[in-house]
Amino acid sequence: MSKVFIALQTNDDTRPIIEAILADNPHAELNEAPAMVKIDAEGSLTIHRNSIEELLGRDFNLQELHLHLITLSGNIDETDDEFTLSWAN
Amino acid sequence: MDMKTSGRKLGLKEKYAHMTRGLGWETTYQPMDKVFPYDKMEGIKIHDWEKWEDPFRLTMDAYWKYQSEKERKLYAIIDAFAQNNGHLNVTDARYINALKLFITGVSPLEYMAHRGFAHTGRQLRGVGPRVACQMQAIDEIRHVQTQIHTISNYNKFYNGMHDFRHMHDRVWYLSVPKSFFDDAISAGPFEFMVAIGFSFEYVLTNLLFVPFMSGAAFNGDMGTVTFGFSAQSDEARHMTLGLEVIKFLLEQDPDNLPIVQKWIDKWTWRGVRMLTLVAMMMDYMLPKRVMSWREAWDIYFEQNAGALFKDLARYGITMPKCVETAIKEKDHISHQAWATFYQYGAAAAFHTWMPTPEEMDWLSSKYPDSFDRYYRPRFEYWREQEAAGNRFYNKTLPMLCQTCQIPMLFTEPDDPTKIAYRETTYKGEKYHFCSDHCQHIFEDESEKYMQSWLPVHQIYQGNCFPEGVDPTAPDFDPLAAVLQWYHIQFGADNLSFEGSEDQKNFEQWRGMATQNV
Amino acid sequence: MQIDLRTVAIRPKRQTFSHIARRQGQDKAASRYQEATLDLQPTANFHYRPYWAPQFEIFDSRRTQIVMKDWYSFKDPRQFYYGTYTMARARQQDAAESAFEFVEDRGLIALLPESCREQALQVLLPLRHLEWGGNMNNTYICAYGYGTAITQAAMFHAMDRLGIAQYLTRIGLTLSGPEALDTAKTAWLEQAEWQELRRYVEDTFVLDDWFELLIAQNAVLDGLLYPLVYEAFDDAINLQGGTAISMLTQFMRDWKTETNKWLDATLKTAAAESPDNAAQLAQWVAHWQQRAQVALAPVAQLALPETGAAVLEEIAQEFSARMQKLGVRAAQTEGVAA
Repeated sequence: MSKVFIALQTNDDTRPIIEAILADNPHAELNEAPAMVKIDAEGSLTIHRNSIEELLGRDFNLQELHLHLITLSGNIDETDDEFTLSWAN
Repeated sequence: MDMKTSGRKLGLKEKYAHMTRGLGWETTYQPMDKVFPYDKMEGIKIHDWEKWEDPFRLTMDAYWKYQSEKERKLYAIIDAFAQNNGHLNVTDARYINALKLFITGVSPLEYMAHRGFAHTGRQLRGVGPRVACQMQAIDEIRHVQTQIHTISNYNKFYNGMHDFRHMHDRVWYLSVPKSFFDDAISAGPFEFMVAIGFSFEYVLTNLLFVPFMSGAAFNGDMGTVTFGFSAQSDEARHMTLGLEVIKFLLEQDPDNLPIVQKWIDKWTWRGVRMLTLVAMMMDYMLPKRVMSWREAWDIYFEQNAGALFKDLARYGITMPKCVETAIKEKDHISHQAWATFYQYGAAAAFHTWMPTPEEMDWLSSKYPDSFDRYYRPRFEYWREQEAAGNRFYNKTLPMLCQTCQIPMLFTEPDDPTKIAYRETTYKGEKYHFCSDHCQHIFEDESEKYMQSWLPVHQIYQGNCFPEGVDPTAPDFDPLAAVLQWYHIQFGADNLSFEGSEDQKNFEQWRGMATQNV
Repeated sequence: MQIDLRTVAIRPKRQTFSHIARRQGQDKAASRYQEATLDLQPTANFHYRPYWAPQFEIFDSRRTQIVMKDWYSFKDPRQFYYGTYTMARARQQDAAESAFEFVEDRGLIALLPESCREQALQVLLPLRHLEWGGNMNNTYICAYGYGTAITQAAMFHAMDRLGIAQYLTRIGLTLSGPEALDTAKTAWLEQAEWQELRRYVEDTFVLDDWFELLIAQNAVLDGLLYPLVYEAFDDAINLQGGTAISMLTQFMRDWKTETNKWLDATLKTAAAESPDNAAQLAQWVAHWQQRAQVALAPVAQLALPETGAAVLEEIAQEFSARMQKLGVRAAQTEGVAA
């Protein structure tokens, strides 16, 4: 299975996002680099709006991810509640 | 931006569908083929434009909101950078030469992407892809402008950046990136989308921006890391557009497969060749290194693009053949390119140097199979010669590849001691190439590539001297005349880093900033 | 390492980039708008002719009849580059968002007189497609125009038109529901009142000269349609108790006032460059204005059943006066072929 990934800037806004992603995707691994983190995961990775909202204590729109996103890899499926990256093979 | 219709809240997908779908219509007062004259010229067959999926589904209200927020953050940092002499925070002044290459070589490409996506954003028949192209068109002008505004601070203090626009259209090595984008934009609209949206954005941009920007952070360049990462947040959308266009074309008609495969093959190689400049930046121009070019290539090309090609296998797409060559070359191209620029350092708008002994050790450790064996001896020799006052400058003009326009600096894939030369004859003229792949690209579209504005040929034809000079005059100095025409200021923009004005100023200014005078 | 931030008096070597210094002198700092705009488009040594237009270079000033010595004589009085543009629109979008929320949350639509709601749907919703046409045409101007000063403004304008199309969509969803969008599209495609307008828009899609397109779309058509719909019709709706609808079209009114500054500056600069330019512009304006008045007559009737024709005539006169003032007229003394 190929790996998908998402890379985010490291700042105060992304700390809870990264935490939520890692909690929801136990198979994901965190790679830290200067000023950014890259989260790799076999096959697929799903970001849940609810989990981020719980950590943030406020409403979160998944489109806010755009503010902090550096790069990603995989096919994307985005709804109001979930943002999923996946590879078919 | 929640939205209701008759009291019911709409989901993202539903909202986006209403907001874009149905805006277009079948024209009847003018034939559709006249309104959209270009989207059938390449033989691509589209049966249902409505099948286009835009995964990010940005409406303009959300676009303005998020993009302005990014801009506010970025410009706050650019202002702070200017106010606080942020340029003095970089590791050492050699680093600034990477920015010179960036603004002269890369930023003008962002502008071309802006205009190219405006072209496809007008010409594609479907509303969905057209909107996606338009958003990329406006994003790309953002990128060139934020890069100019960030680097503007450096330009005030350092040489080599001051005439980036003029240089991009003229200077010999800048014809490599310029011809890359001219090639893409002058192709049909779908080829442009595959060239830029897919090969460049999806497969290659990560290699340019992510390790390089992380490198900027590592080297204390707050301004560049900020525009770089801020631009990358748009790139995530652009990469996705690149992937979507491929999937869309392949799903629409099986006849599209060979056309798309051919474009992928061609543009992967065009991109790999252009990345030679990035390889050199990563391995030689960043005083503190995050990762080697080879490591970045392994992660972002072999692993990531590998995953992508596995995914696309379901449509019949295969990994381009040229990748085998690129993998063989990954231990070599950065060293070969830097050696070339070091030799031609009198004709470049940035400074060059030989790595320090510690840096050579780092290169040995990252390139155990190639550096010590093929490059270290030459580099140590040049380093000694320079220290002894015999800095080597090559004063001949190199032969360029007709396709990628890079000087003949690459070696045979299986013999790193032998420069690779290929040639072909077309309509009675000989054309030269750096590789089998560049030769094949030429042979497939000879009428196009025979037009290439090759800087060295142009110099020989006398087209690169300032107006009014007399090349037959006894004291005529062709190199000086060419540099004048390039707007490269001799002794300020070019030559060795050692002893340069940039080096002296940086040391003096940093001294003033860190000590009580 | 961190540098002590105490002010260090370091004298810059230069104030701005050389291509800007050549225009305005070495010692003057340049604005962000200038650095983001001037000479940004390549003009020399293109490598290949486009497959899709081999008669032209990739960027080619011969794509229009308008002739300029310096394409950067055009200046956007708003000084929009991407950053200032998006920040300006984000503020306006905030206001528009509040208006939509206010109207939706207070249930103001339910309080509208039915005739008023019905008429708003009939007049406003088919204009989604007109805006989409405006988006296409301005994207064309950006793609094939010459010089960043004008092409970047056209790109911003194109995205604005998409934004306005989406606001109109949202008005349709708020006033009624998704089926209203289908009804409006059918009207745009079939209803007699819209056909001349649609013909006008489709005819602009096949224009080659991007400056003529700027005249046909941005100057003439919008110059007549916006006052008709977003002012005269808006006044009429307000009188019938449709203030809620008026709140939802405020963006369009503000936008038109603002973008007219850019348009007027652009036309004035082009006309002032030469009598030939002025005559060419005047000819385009005359041709397209005559067609636009024919195309808009039934729409005026639909929007203002009693006064439509008279209002349109008045708007047309004001428009002609505006063009005169900008210098868009054939020279009096020499006979320029029209």
